[in-house]
This record gives sequence, C-alpha cells and structure tokens, in this order.
Amino acid sequence: MSVLPLDAADDVTTEPGPPARRRVPDVLRRPGGLLAAGWLIFIVVASLTAPWWRPYGVAEQDLANRLALPSAEHWLGTDPLGRDLLSRIFTAGTEPLLSSAVTVLVAFGIGLPLALIAAERGPRVERVISRVTEVFLALPSTILLLAVIGVIGVRIFIIMAVLGVLISAAVYRVMLGVAQSVRTRLYVDAARVNGLGSLRVNVVHVLPSMATVIAVQAAQLYGIGLLIVAGLAFLGFGPAEPDPSWGFMIQDASSYVFNAPWLMVPTGLVLALTVIAANELADAIAGKAAGETAPVRRRRSPARTAPAEIPPADPAAVLEVRDLTIAVDDGPDLVTGVSFALRPGRVLGLVGESGCGKTMTARSLLGLLPDGVSVRGGAIHWRGQDLVGRTEKELSAVRGREIAMISQEPMVALDPMFSVAYQLTQPIRRFRGVGRGEARRIAAELLRNVGIVDAERVLKSYPHQLSGGMAQRVCIALALTGEPELLIADEPTTALDVTVQAEILTLLRALVRDTGLSVVIVSHDLGVVADICDDVAVMYAGTVVESGTAAAVLDGPRHPYTQALLAANPHVPDGVAVPARLASIPGTVPPPGSWPTGCRFASRCQFAQDQCRAPFPAEPAHGIGSVLCVRADELAGAHLSWDADPVGAAPTPATTPTAGASR
Amino acid sequence: MTALADPTHEVHPGEQAPALRVRDLVVRYGTGRRARSTPPAVDGVSFDIAPGETLGLVGESGSGKSTIGKAVLGLQRPTAGTVEVAGQDVTAMSLKQRSRQVADLRVVFQDPYSSLNPARTIGQTLVEPLRLMGVTGAEALARARSGLESVGLPAEAVDRRPAQFSGGQRQRIAIARALVCDPKVVVLDEPVSALDLSTQAQVLNLLADLRDQRGLSFLFIAHDLGVVRFLSQRTVVLYRGQVMETGPAEQVAQRPRHPYTLALTAAAPVPRPAEQAARRAAREAAGFGTAGAASPSATGCPFVPRCPFSTDVCVDQRPPLRLLDGSLTACHHAERVPQP
Repeated sequence: MSVLPLDAADDVTTEPGPPARRRVPDVLRRPGGLLAAGWLIFIVVASLTAPWWRPYGVAEQDLANRLALPSAEHWLGTDPLGRDLLSRIFTAGTEPLLSSAVTVLVAFGIGLPLALIAAERGPRVERVISRVTEVFLALPSTILLLAVIGVIGVRIFIIMAVLGVLISAAVYRVMLGVAQSVRTRLYVDAARVNGLGSLRVNVVHVLPSMATVIAVQAAQLYGIGLLIVAGLAFLGFGPAEPDPSWGFMIQDASSYVFNAPWLMVPTGLVLALTVIAANELADAIAGKAAGETAPVRRRRSPARTAPAEIPPADPAAVLEVRDLTIAVDDGPDLVTGVSFALRPGRVLGLVGESGCGKTMTARSLLGLLPDGVSVRGGAIHWRGQDLVGRTEKELSAVRGREIAMISQEPMVALDPMFSVAYQLTQPIRRFRGVGRGEARRIAAELLRNVGIVDAERVLKSYPHQLSGGMAQRVCIALALTGEPELLIADEPTTALDVTVQAEILTLLRALVRDTGLSVVIVSHDLGVVADICDDVAVMYAGTVVESGTAAAVLDGPRHPYTQALLAANPHVPDGVAVPARLASIPGTVPPPGSWPTGCRFASRCQFAQDQCRAPFPAEPAHGIGSVLCVRADELAGAHLSWDADPVGAAPTPATTPTAGASR
Repeated sequence: MTALADPTHEVHPGEQAPALRVRDLVVRYGTGRRARSTPPAVDGVSFDIAPGETLGLVGESGSGKSTIGKAVLGLQRPTAGTVEVAGQDVTAMSLKQRSRQVADLRVVFQDPYSSLNPARTIGQTLVEPLRLMGVTGAEALARARSGLESVGLPAEAVDRRPAQFSGGQRQRIAIARALVCDPKVVVLDEPVSALDLSTQAQVLNLLADLRDQRGLSFLFIAHDLGVVRFLSQRTVVLYRGQVMETGPAEQVAQRPRHPYTLALTAAAPVPRPAEQAARRAAREAAGFGTAGAASPSATGCPFVPRCPFSTDVCVDQRPPLRLLDGSLTACHHAERVPQP
C-alpha cells in the first residue's frame, strides 16, 4: 500500500520545500497527469454546458446529410438520422459523468468511514464489519443491477448509487489496510495522548495520509463507472430515444460498422479517452506518491582521474584503498580522498555518524553502490588488482568468493519464502561445485561454525522462525559459503539487543582468529569498535579525519571530532561517576555539496581558528595512521580536549534548519 | 507479586502522592485461548515515580518496557493492575477523559520521523494540544513559539514542516510538543536511540536541563543502561515482562545484584579497548547462555535458561523481589552474583 517512504534515520535534512502552501500539485507536473486532468476538466465542462453551445438540437435532423463525415456544418459528422454527432456526444456526456461520480461518492461514503472505524476500534469490530462486507463482495453485482432496473426502471442515478453500495465493500477492504498502517504511526498515538477526539484524529491525522490512495482508487473507480453506464445504455438501459447516450450511440454505430465506419469513431474515442484519462490520473497520483523521479542517467564508465599505477604503500596489505572519491553522477561528492589499508587477519572499523559516507565506502569495495552513484577517483587494490572500473562480470567473480558482505538487517537479507537450507545450499553448490547432499552437509557445518548448536533444526526453518541473533548468525554463515578472505560487515549488530550483539562480536572474533579472515566493519558505536577492531578510521562528512590502531585512536584521540564523539558517550569507565552533562557537538553534519573548504568540522569545532578554513594535508599519526587537523599538535601540546556542556547552559544546537540535498 | 511499597524511592509516607504510581500491572496481547496460553507481555510490574524524579525502565526487545509505557499512557488497556497519575486512578479512563481531567501526562516517542505528522506545520502540531485545553489561538501560538525556543530551536520554526528538520531537531520538536502543556509526568519511549551519538548527547543534556528547571518526572524507557544511568535516579530492569531488579541507577549499573543485570552491563561495550577486553573476558568467564536458546518454565524465573547461577529452585519457583544492599532483586541466588 502506498505509504510515503520515510527518510530513514539519516541525520541530514531534506531540501527545504515551498514554505507553507503548495503552488502546483505535483501530479500536474507529469505530462500524463496534466493531459488526463485537462481532458477530464474539458469533457465535464463541455458536457454540462452543451445545451448552451451545441450547434444543433439533439433531435434536430438534417436528412440530406445522413451518416456524413466531418464537415464545416457537422464537425464530427452525423448519425443515420442526420443528427449532429458533436451535439449528441456532449449532451450525452452529462449523465455518465455525473452518475459515475455518484458511484464513487457512495462507495467511498460507505467504505471509507467503515474502514476508519474498523481500524480504530480494533480486531473485534473489524471482524464484524469485514464479515458483512464479504457478503456484499459475494453478491453478483451485474445480476443485482439488472434486477434493480427491473423493479425501479431505468433511473440511472439510483442504479449507479446501488452500484456504489455494492462496490463500497471493495473500497472498504483497500482502505482498511491503509488506515491500519497509518494508525501505527506515532504521530497518531501522540495526538491521542494529547486527548484529541476520535473524529479529529481521523480527519486531521489519518485521512490526509490516506489521500493518495483514496485519489488513486477513486479515479480508477470513476473510469469503471463510466464503462458500466455506457454498457447499460448499450444494452438498452439508458435514456429513451431521441435523448442521446454514449452506450446507445455505440450500439447504433455497431450496426453500421461496415458501410459507415466513421460513426463509431467520435463516440468511441470520447468514451475511451475519458476512461483512459481517469486511469492515467490514478497512475500519476500513485507515481507521485511512490516518489518517482525522472530516471537518473547512469554513467557506465565513470570519469576517473588518472589511474596511476603506484606500488602499494604497505606490501603486506591485502586491501588498500587510496584516495577514493565517490560521487553522485552530475552531483556532489559523497566521499573524498579516503585511504586505508588492511592486512590479512585484521579487523578495520569505519566509524562515524550517519551521513559521513562510511556505508558508501564499504559498499564501493564490492561495486555495490546505489544507482546514480559511482567511484569518481582513486583506487581499490584488492590482492594487487584494482577493483575500480571493473565490469559487473569481473566483479561477480570476486563477490562472495573473495569478498563477502553482511548487512544491518538480518531479516531483510534472508528471503522469507525459502528455508535456511535452500538459501545456504544454493550458493554452496555454485561456489564449490558440489552435489546436493554434500552441500547440505557443508551447510550444517557452517551453521555449527557460527555457533548454532541445533543446526539441523535451523536448516529446516524459515527466516520468520528465527530470532534476530539467530538470523544474523545464518547471514554470517551465508557470507562464509564462498570461503571469502574479506568480510564487509555493515553495522552487523545495530539491530540486535546488547547481549546478542556481544555474542555476535564474539563469533566474528573467533572466525577471524580461526580462519584468518579480514574484516571491514562499519559501525557508529565506538564501543563495538573498541571490542573487535584492530584498526580504525574515523570518518566525518565524507572523509577520514583520523586513523590508526584502535587502541591508539580511542585511548589518545587527536582529532577534536574523535574527542567529541568519545566525550559524548554516556558509558563512563567503571568506578567513575556519570557526568552531570555530556559533551555534545553543536549543529549537524553539513550535507554533501555544502562542505566548506578547509576542515569540514570547523563550523562545529570548539577549537576552530582562521587557519582551519584553508585546505591542509593530513599528517601521519598513531604510527600507521593519520590525523586531519591542522591544530592537532598544538592542541595536544596544550593538553586541550573537548569539554562537556555546562549544566543548565542555553541549548546550543543549530539555530536554523540545515539546507541541502538529503544524500 | 503483591502490592509492595518500594522502599528505594525517595518519597516518605504522608508526603504528597507520587507523580506516577503503577501497581501490579499485567498486559496480555490478543484475545481468546491463544492469549491465555502465551506469557503476558507485562507480568505484575509495580513502581512509583516521585515528583521531579526520573525512573529508567531498561530491558531488551520483548522485555515489555514499551508496553508498560503504552499502558501508562492509555494506548494499551491493561489486563490487570492500576495506573495512578498524581494520586488519581486513570486505569479505566479513556484518552479523552484523561486529557480533560489530568493534563499532566505526555509522551516523546522513539522515532522522530513518524512521530510528527508530515502534512502539518510545526506550529499546528504544537498548538493542537493547547487548543484542546482551551487556550485561545494567539496565546497558544505564543506558547508554541516559546516552547520551541526552550528546546533550542528558533521560534520561526512554527511555519515549517517536519521534513525540513534533521532527526535531532525533530526530536526537540517532539519534546516541545510534550512540554508545551506543562505536564508533570513525561513518558520518554527510547527518545534518543534513533539519534547519532553527538545528537543523542544534545538531547540527553536538554532533557536533563528541562527536568531540573521544571521539576518534571520522567518515565525513561531505554535499552541502553549507560544512557539510563546518565538521566535516571532509579532504574527498573525488566526481562520477559517481569522486574528483575530495581534500585538507585548508580548502584544497578555499577553493582548489579541480579544475574540478568550483570549480563546486560557486561555486554554493553565501552569505547576503551583495554577496559573492553577485560570486560569481555569477564563476561565470557561468567558463562551466560545464548539468548533465545530455550523457553523458560512458566512457574520459575524467566532467566533460568541463560543463567549461570540457576539451580532447581529457580525452575520451580519464581523468585520474589527482596531487598539487598538498597536494591530490590528477584533472584534466589543474588548473594552469589560476583561484585566488582
């Protein structure tokens, strides 16, 4: 159901929209939506005003010009009795256009309130209403309509209202799902806690979020209504001659289809266009809600700066990333000048807050950047070969077999439709070329290696039967199927409970110790980094600000940003009292595209001076690492470090909402 | 569990009523036979919060901590037990009645992205509860503007929509919405767990300042003992809907008396590699069982399948809360839990 996509927990603000009111609805910015809306407005206005502008009366006969083709007198030609088609088509339009609207209004007038009530009152009420609507859905509506006509005669508005009642059951079904999902949003709960009455909660908070689905469904239903009115008139259940109706005119034309084929065209076209316009409008509304944008042209060959063949700085490194730049195609840089090296059997942590580019960096190692984002410069040396600029085919030989990945959400990474055994044996057979029985034996062994005791039971399970920790173990086993040498773990424990996180970290550490696996772990949690990483690269606004061994960086941070992150952490050492106030960093991370020259942290840094606002190079630090701060030595010499906020100080966050692109 | 007066909280009998009192709360989800056969989400939880006090409710997923928050707010009907706000029993009241009679209870939710209606301006969101209290338009807007300023946002933000703010800024707006009606008690349901570390610190400092300035009582629900320890005076540790331990926050974090609290504190990683290595070694030596390995017995302690200290008595008898070193602990073997 079309729930607007939420900007995931990303601390970068979205672009400021138009202040309070919208000027042009987005639907009309799409050509299809604009044309459809234009046609519908035209046909409605033209039909309703037809009595005042039509060139001829509906019964006015021009016997000299029967079955005429379009001419100056009769723009759309005439029918077998010499009556003007233009006048008749638009006069006939009023009835189907209005009566279909009646169907829509009745269907939504009944279905929507029922759905809102059912969603609000919970399962018991919902069950009663749903059973009643199921009875309606089971009624044969065509037969019922014909029966109604038999009783009350051809009173089209009443008939279409009856149709609306019948369709309201289907409307209820769709709306119930939407209403239930909107009601799970926290702002609905917040309004209820505030004591907002049931009606106002629905009108102010629930209905506006359902508006898109309502509009889509209504537009589609309107198109169906038009076809049903025309169909009834075609069967003879329409206005009596000489009053025109689209259905009867089409029926009339069908008997002249061989000797006067034109007769079918104008009426058929108007009906078809109107129905298509209703559906196109529905599509345009739905497309807008799904956040469709103009497709981004993907540059196949990323413009790279000279791929200079420099020998690796660290001969022992299995992975060496040098001066990596990742950018949105035709857009801002997301990551610039990132360099790090990883020796076999070591664990490197990429750490930073959301929006700092750590996930992009990790994904680029596997060539798994999102559409419209590519590596613009630098090199990724993996065992002597550069992975940048490789084709998908060349990369797929590396993926899984040499470099594997586990992600943050184990439940999303597993396919809910297939058993664990199937999901494990498929890649095992592909990577290792073994038979089914052997693959299953290996799968069970892999599960035991990741600490699953009852491997046979887990093999038979489906993902929904596993706990979060168990699912992450299965994902790790899945990553190990190709016997990779490098594992990229993107926030592997963020979605897990803290006791489960400790278990998974223990498992990863054991794998590194026993198999010599190298790991790049992406995390926002410095505690996780302290627990598992040998080396760490601290990232801020798309670049590495400090790197070195985890012990050196975390115990003796030299960059003010690293210091601030550590001071903001509420986990104080054992035996130390909790501070009255934590250190914090004012403001927010500047979004890509609006990074300042010089130090990107300068605008939020306690120690920033003029010299920080001009470009400067990173300096070697912590033995193997570096620090990107022009005042690092000076601050260390003066024993300055990031201070906690004073108690009761006026809050000092960003005072203006940050502008800029969301990614 | 019997309605047991909590000896660890600061209010003395005869003084004013606690800001929030929860007694023997039980919440079962669902209806019919299936609901009766599954263990309740919340199983006999009692606590008091004194005026101006912050109580941390800590536990992992499935511990029932968010359900307790919902029951206190009236978003979830309790199966049994009572909820009193400032001495007034609100358990059976509808949300509308509650807001009319006790405008003292508000909430800040975890997810700053879904807790603000994207279609409404910040001003509309903030004014809404005030108008319900009968505050007139101009007065309500003025209070909304000063409310935004008190959480460190510009008053002009009233004309903007949520999409224009970052996660941390949205959480400040959610706090402003909770505080704009001058409540006595605020339920904070994981208010910082969706935020980055530096933003988290800003919001925690802000909450501490607002509490101290206005004498607010917080029911602070979180999964992170470190965060709870920073903001709370007392902590309640929950596991599978039951209270495992409750006592002064500092004591619960530093000298846990219940094996589960010990597991929780030992598993929280600290950003100091040497100390973390020692903690890890201690945790691995303690020998806690794997989470979700087996289901506990219905009659005994829920932590038995993971507990290195458990004996037969733990399987058969659910341990009552008992006073030990100033904390209440629901463990038969609390004396055997190693102390640092």
